[in-house]
Amino acid sequence: MSTIEQFRHDTRAWLEANCPPSMRTAMGEGDVVWGAQQPTFPSEDARRWFEAMRDRRWFCPDWPEAYGGAGLGPEQTAVLLDEMRRLRCRPPQINLGVWMLGPVLLEFGSEDQKRDLLPPMARGEVRWCQGFSEPNAGSDLASLKMSARDGGDHFIVDGSKIWTSYGDKSDWMYALVRTDPTVPKHEGISLIVLDMRSPGVNAVPIDLISGKSAFCQVFFDAVKVPRHQLIGPLNGGWNLAKRLLQHERKAMSTFGEISLPSHVDLLALVQTYLPAPRGQGEHALRARAVACAMNERCYGLTVQRMAQCAQAGDDVSGLMAIMKLVHTEQERDKFEVLLDLMGGHAMGWESETFSEQQLAITRGWLNSYALTISGGASEVQLNVIAKRVLGLPDAKKGVMQ
Amino acid sequence: MNLVYSDEQRLLADSARDFLAARSPVAAQRRLRDEASIQGYDPDVWRDAVALGWSAIPFPEQFGGLDFGCMGLGPVFEAIGRNLSATPLLSSVVVSGSLLHLCGTPAQQEQWLVPSISGERRLALALDEHARHDPRGTALLAQADGDGYCLQGNKYWVLDGVGADAYVVAARVSGQAGDAQGIGLFLLPADTPGLSCSRLPLIDARNCARLHLEQVRVGPQALLGQPGQGWTGLDLALDRGRACLAAELLGAAEHLFETTLEYLKTRVQFDTPIGSFQALQHRCAQLHVDLALSRSAVMAALAALDDNNLDASSRGRLVSLAKWKAGDTALKVSNEAVQMHGGIGVTDELDVGLYLKRIRVAQASLGDRDFQCQRYADLTLACA
Repeated sequence: MSTIEQFRHDTRAWLEANCPPSMRTAMGEGDVVWGAQQPTFPSEDARRWFEAMRDRRWFCPDWPEAYGGAGLGPEQTAVLLDEMRRLRCRPPQINLGVWMLGPVLLEFGSEDQKRDLLPPMARGEVRWCQGFSEPNAGSDLASLKMSARDGGDHFIVDGSKIWTSYGDKSDWMYALVRTDPTVPKHEGISLIVLDMRSPGVNAVPIDLISGKSAFCQVFFDAVKVPRHQLIGPLNGGWNLAKRLLQHERKAMSTFGEISLPSHVDLLALVQTYLPAPRGQGEHALRARAVACAMNERCYGLTVQRMAQCAQAGDDVSGLMAIMKLVHTEQERDKFEVLLDLMGGHAMGWESETFSEQQLAITRGWLNSYALTISGGASEVQLNVIAKRVLGLPDAKKGVMQ
Repeated sequence: MNLVYSDEQRLLADSARDFLAARSPVAAQRRLRDEASIQGYDPDVWRDAVALGWSAIPFPEQFGGLDFGCMGLGPVFEAIGRNLSATPLLSSVVVSGSLLHLCGTPAQQEQWLVPSISGERRLALALDEHARHDPRGTALLAQADGDGYCLQGNKYWVLDGVGADAYVVAARVSGQAGDAQGIGLFLLPADTPGLSCSRLPLIDARNCARLHLEQVRVGPQALLGQPGQGWTGLDLALDRGRACLAAELLGAAEHLFETTLEYLKTRVQFDTPIGSFQALQHRCAQLHVDLALSRSAVMAALAALDDNNLDASSRGRLVSLAKWKAGDTALKVSNEAVQMHGGIGVTDELDVGLYLKRIRVAQASLGDRDFQCQRYADLTLACA
């Protein structure tokens, strides 16, 4: 047996022995374990699974041992993930630190920063949040204004971050800040990390049209951040931000794989709510619903096709660029049709007279608005396709049109 | 389900593109139109396409076929769409040939399928009776007459009808228009007494015809398959035709989109290429999305037709999905292509108009987007 086969064999045996059966089922929102200073566990099995993986150093299997990882090579790491997928193991914890900041620290952090920040991250002891967007810096992230002024051995941070997921529940934040307001906007940005318990930090949850949300606005009032918490070069934060966003896309797709399918079968609901259409209006509605379901099928086939193209070695950048746009726009269209189909049944807020599915569809509809905005609004996606995929020219600056 | 072409199919795609670009480019199609060709295609091109093996692609070796499947037809029809080439491949081979293959007796196959594959004879399907495609609605009566039948009525939109050596005519043997049961398929040589074929010149300048049947008396040997049991074979043969048309629409739309993008990058107004305007960029990006979705659906339909384990309704759903999406997308692309080219877009000099017209006809052939949407729903909701 080769070394890698031996590793697969041992890994499989270890997972079989250490991953409780209840941790091998699809997970709902309430089942997520967040690594944190004081983690909470939805069940005793979840705690056991968390601790077993932590002690095995498999939260970050491919990180060097010196920084709390298991030091696995790429091949071994792939085998581990493969075996976890095969057994349908839940992720033992979810942590933005591990998924996003960690890899950037490994690449750009100083030796001291790596030794300070990575091992606790790798043990799931710190819950991290991300401070990127600001009230006046959404799609145009580089125009961010939260300032970090020089205070000698520390920075003085003033301003506000918005759309920070779980800002009120996190221990630390990595944030993009403006360290030089006098230079072109991409050249005056730095990446810092800060303790959310620092004096002057205040995280306020944001209610959305769909109700309570994980999003917060975080306010910073003369917050002192030690100078050694600057990651990478001063005013060199934009490059790191781009790298972080790459990791974000990867993390989002991993997260998509493990989260419960929120799939609503549109045609089944046509059957339920419009079994025998009468009149022109109902026939037209049915045709709209069917068209929506057909487009959804096309998207599903495109996901499959993209995977096969990648396997065949074809360039898939043109397909990759459409995925977020298509999925979120289709979801919104679908909820729109569902509302028409279900009428009053899809407009309940909270009451026993509505079924769980009906209420979920109402909230899903309201939530679908956020999907076409967050993570690159549809208009930004269209810009990216036009310029990078189709090669259409940039608008000439300053030309009267 | 395989949604990408194999290496072999990619080679075929390259050779089909090269052949048609050299022998049957858009300019050739324009010439056929200007010369008011009645046959609607160049017989020399067709002979050479047959020599390349195109007509043999979907059939088993016993009939002289290559057994290359519908996935093998896809690249050819994409290339046909790109060049707007006119050949009787769809009418004579894919649709009528499939009917012979699926429903014919060995004698009928020997007499008509083998020469249709070898290009010596040409077949055409006479199915539609109304403005819009509705195969179940077949009403043209085949009345029992002694041990045979007497057929009376009209068939419209017969593709490559003028000059065909024989017609496959769908007629009602029993039941009523709207029933799948009771449709019979009759193989009628062009010289059958009572048959007359006349031109129906359409916007795409191809060979489209009306077939009139005046007291056409035929013996039982004219039947393809059992009397009144033609639906299963017809449904499958039409699905092959629809998938190939979807591939053709995809090819035409992709090519038209590429040329439109080129135009947007080079046409200067207000001192800047008009492709720099966001109003146009977003519309182009949307078309790119629709083309990508169309390709996925087309590949799935071609693969479904080659999958013998798939039931008829799953196959039909995927085929209708492809024809619906590719047709809808091609219409959008052609409309946008005219608009984005501006004034020159409505001139006959530019090829855009030829694409617009061919796409319009192909979109309506064998079921337009509304037909496919309805069929998808019927096939899905019926088994829910």
